Amino acid sequence: MKIKALSRSTSSHQAPGSNVARMPRNLDPALHPFERAREYTRALQATKLERMFAAPFIASLGQGHVDGVYSFAKDPESLEHFASGSGDGVVKVWDLPSQEEIWHGQAHENIVKGMCWTRDKRLLTCGSDKTIKLFDPYNTPAGSAPTATWLGQSAFTGITHHRSLPSFAASSSSIFIYDVSRSSTTPTQTLGWPTSVETITAVSFNQTETSILASTATDRAVILYDLRTSSPLHRTVLTLASNAISWNPMEAFNFAVANEDHNIYIFDMRQMKRALNVLRDHVAAVMDVEFSPTGEELVSASYDRTVRLWDRARGHSRDIYHTKRMQRVFACAWTPDANYVLSGSDDGNVRLWRARASSRQGVKSFRERQKLEYDDALKARYAHMPEIRRIARHRHLPKQVKKAAEIKGEEIKAIKRREENERRHSKKGKVRRRSEREKMVLATEQ
Amino acid sequence: MDLDMVELSNAPTIRRKSMTEPAGPDSEALALKQHATEAQKTYGRGKQIRTRSVKDKKLRHNLKSLENKYRDATLQAKNAEILLEHSSGFLEPESALERTYKVRQDEIRADVAVETAKKGFELKLEGLGPYDVCEYARNGRELLIAGRKGHVATMDWRDGKLGCELQLAETIRDAKWLHNNQSFAVAQKKNVFIYAKDGVEIHRLGRHVEVTHMEFLPYHFLLSTVSTAGILRYTDTSTGQMVAELPTHLGPPTSLCQNPSNAILHIGHQKGTVTLWSPNSSTPLVKLLPHHGPVRGLAVDRSGRYMVSTGQDRRMSVWDIRMFKEVHTHHLRQPGATISISDRDLTAVGWGTQVFIFKSDLFTKSLDSLDPSEAAQPKVPAPYMAWGGEGQTISRVRYCPFEDVLGISHTSGFSSILVPGAGEPNFDALEYGTNPYETTKQRQEAEVRALLNKLQPEMISLDPNFVGNLDLASAEQRKREKDLDAKPEDKIKKLKERGRGRNSALRRHLRKRGQKNVIDEEKVRAREALQMQNGREREKLERLEVEYGPALARFARKGA
Repeated sequence: MKIKALSRSTSSHQAPGSNVARMPRNLDPALHPFERAREYTRALQATKLERMFAAPFIASLGQGHVDGVYSFAKDPESLEHFASGSGDGVVKVWDLPSQEEIWHGQAHENIVKGMCWTRDKRLLTCGSDKTIKLFDPYNTPAGSAPTATWLGQSAFTGITHHRSLPSFAASSSSIFIYDVSRSSTTPTQTLGWPTSVETITAVSFNQTETSILASTATDRAVILYDLRTSSPLHRTVLTLASNAISWNPMEAFNFAVANEDHNIYIFDMRQMKRALNVLRDHVAAVMDVEFSPTGEELVSASYDRTVRLWDRARGHSRDIYHTKRMQRVFACAWTPDANYVLSGSDDGNVRLWRARASSRQGVKSFRERQKLEYDDALKARYAHMPEIRRIARHRHLPKQVKKAAEIKGEEIKAIKRREENERRHSKKGKVRRRSEREKMVLATEQ
Repeated sequence: MDLDMVELSNAPTIRRKSMTEPAGPDSEALALKQHATEAQKTYGRGKQIRTRSVKDKKLRHNLKSLENKYRDATLQAKNAEILLEHSSGFLEPESALERTYKVRQDEIRADVAVETAKKGFELKLEGLGPYDVCEYARNGRELLIAGRKGHVATMDWRDGKLGCELQLAETIRDAKWLHNNQSFAVAQKKNVFIYAKDGVEIHRLGRHVEVTHMEFLPYHFLLSTVSTAGILRYTDTSTGQMVAELPTHLGPPTSLCQNPSNAILHIGHQKGTVTLWSPNSSTPLVKLLPHHGPVRGLAVDRSGRYMVSTGQDRRMSVWDIRMFKEVHTHHLRQPGATISISDRDLTAVGWGTQVFIFKSDLFTKSLDSLDPSEAAQPKVPAPYMAWGGEGQTISRVRYCPFEDVLGISHTSGFSSILVPGAGEPNFDALEYGTNPYETTKQRQEAEVRALLNKLQPEMISLDPNFVGNLDLASAEQRKREKDLDAKPEDKIKKLKERGRGRNSALRRHLRKRGQKNVIDEEKVRAREALQMQNGREREKLERLEVEYGPALARFARKGA
């Protein structure tokens, strides 16, 4: 008779004198019952923990501004510096790691409408006092006079710098291209739509396809220009005016516009008849929008006193940031490492937020990272479960935002109902349904 | 010939692949395929999705990458098998004349390692009454025995260390370890009590009255009891809340066991029925009838596929509890009192003073496979091992997890016998509660993690993998309910369309539904419809009779 019985010695499991026990695994499913139920429970825990650790607000930078903050400019050459411009014409440059102000100056008589950095780390500002000024914040003491000044015909509304050339574009009723290297203060080029005389509200250079320029105007138009031919390319009129433009840094032909009708539209410049995506969640005009450096996400600032974060491919925001004291938000930006978000609001504060409310940037151990990755996978796998979805989506909203969203929902429903009624009582095919993505495009002109 | 072949294959004119390709890669591919199917069989999670037939491009791509991920996972799990360090024990006859059931315990003990031989022992506890209870903790390290007259003892049986000893001076009907070796529950005369491992009474479960059988569901932290009144109660031991109290309405239960794969409780009753319970339903999920008398012993195997039961009618029946079909049944010499199924599917049955152990072919030998002469009265299959016959009435057998050991409690104490091949050789140290060598720290951490991952009682169902599935049926239902303006379904209209003739749906409806003397709108409509139908039939008949002519008129008939 052949006989063999199991024999495991304790010493093989843990060597004598050592305090390290071996942890043998056996992946046989029979040893791990209730697999799905346990995974689901873990996913639920992970979702709850994520919401528990969600603390998006980090700090208000320094002492803030005396007046509201209306414009931001990130230094493209630096990860840690950026400038903010205020309603009283003061410009401040901030250091992000220390969250402190490193330079300030009185740039304009009243509101600073736009700012940008030049490639040699100097700061260009434009204001409604019809001037553009050039400062050197890194090499001059705070409060020093500008190194150069350009005088314009009318109040400037926006400014943007070329990716590589020493030239910038400033907008008022039309777009003026200036050359920083030349001593003359007259613009080298002037761009504008031939039939349009309205004020341009925002202007932005494409940083990849560097001679393309986009602008929005109070006549509700979004216009694209090409510097090489020195002419406008395309004009699209939307139902309401837009406030800001941001090019996607990864997909050079896509850009987002922040619209007065509470929505953000992502367009493909080659096909302007319809939007690629409509981001709708805000309940007041969107004042600013910016693509993240990864090109996957967006941040938007709105007149409803909230900042929202969006996934490029989804129609609704993934998170909403607000505080009790934050007033109308007029400017927002991603930090160049895509880990943080900045917002500037009417109350004069520049706020720093986490891009992922529950993530932490500290150095993580391998086990911690592994756990976080596993939790993310679980959350993705069970995202469709009602309980998990409810917890993951729940956000505390300010009362007025919640109320406004409810009212807006009712209004939209009423409009839809009215349209349906009209359609039902008119000849078939006369009142056509229009896709939500092309509804707001009133006209396109080449 | 060989030379010719070499020359041919070297010749530049012949470039055909099939000629030059050696036989090697083909067999390799075959072996790989076999490896993959085996991996899928053991570690796979159900059927693969056929991505080819998916039309949506994006969805197809997503599903494909998911399927690839799953396939890689199964292959990796299969490849990790080489890391398993132990193989299971066995008892094999070397010649045709040898029989494994004739091997005695002292022979086994002489043949195995000294450490293992020590695991077979005997506890003589004369005078303390019949020992009805023996239970191992989930990792098999601790043993709990209890005598009917009130003696309870726990011990680390491998080291021979006594944990605690209690003389309760009260009838004890059952005892169970809770989620680890830190506490255990004892069903005493009136109530269930929970004791700490040092024997200090922690709780009295006042609502669990006159409990006869207990089970503990470790992943749900539910202590479930059935009482003489036939009431099944679930208590959450982590919160102390009573989760469900379900009257079975079937009298005092005679046996209880849990299905370890889906946490369903099987209760055996006086009339030979076995009912399956979850805390979410006030009626049994399934009722089986394996016996003609009280069901004395019940056990379900680890994978939750088979149930073995013994009854007072001396039968032992094996059920496939996925299909709810009896696999086979046969007679024992005496009614089997207790059953236990080991991790590697060795079934131990105790009857009278004897214990018999059957191999896993007990489950696979179905009635259909036997020849017809045997099928009427199938013989008891030859056991794998046998023990006893020394005058000690067996009251409970329990396998020790992760060991080749069977614990037997009987009238004069407790015996631990060696059953080669019973235990799962490779434990998973990271699975909560099943590490036989866990340290205090590991136990504490595992306890916290287990409490965090505690499953809710609502997740108990016959199919444990229903969690996370899309509820398609009720989505449809919801959609229907949402549409309040929808016209109610016209039943009569539907019946009218269904069929004609003698047994038409309408006739059937009138015959079967409702009382004869109640006349409502529906019934009136149904009668009218039937009359119309009959009228049409008659007209058709007359028309056909005319059409066929006098000679063939008899072939015209209704419903043709």
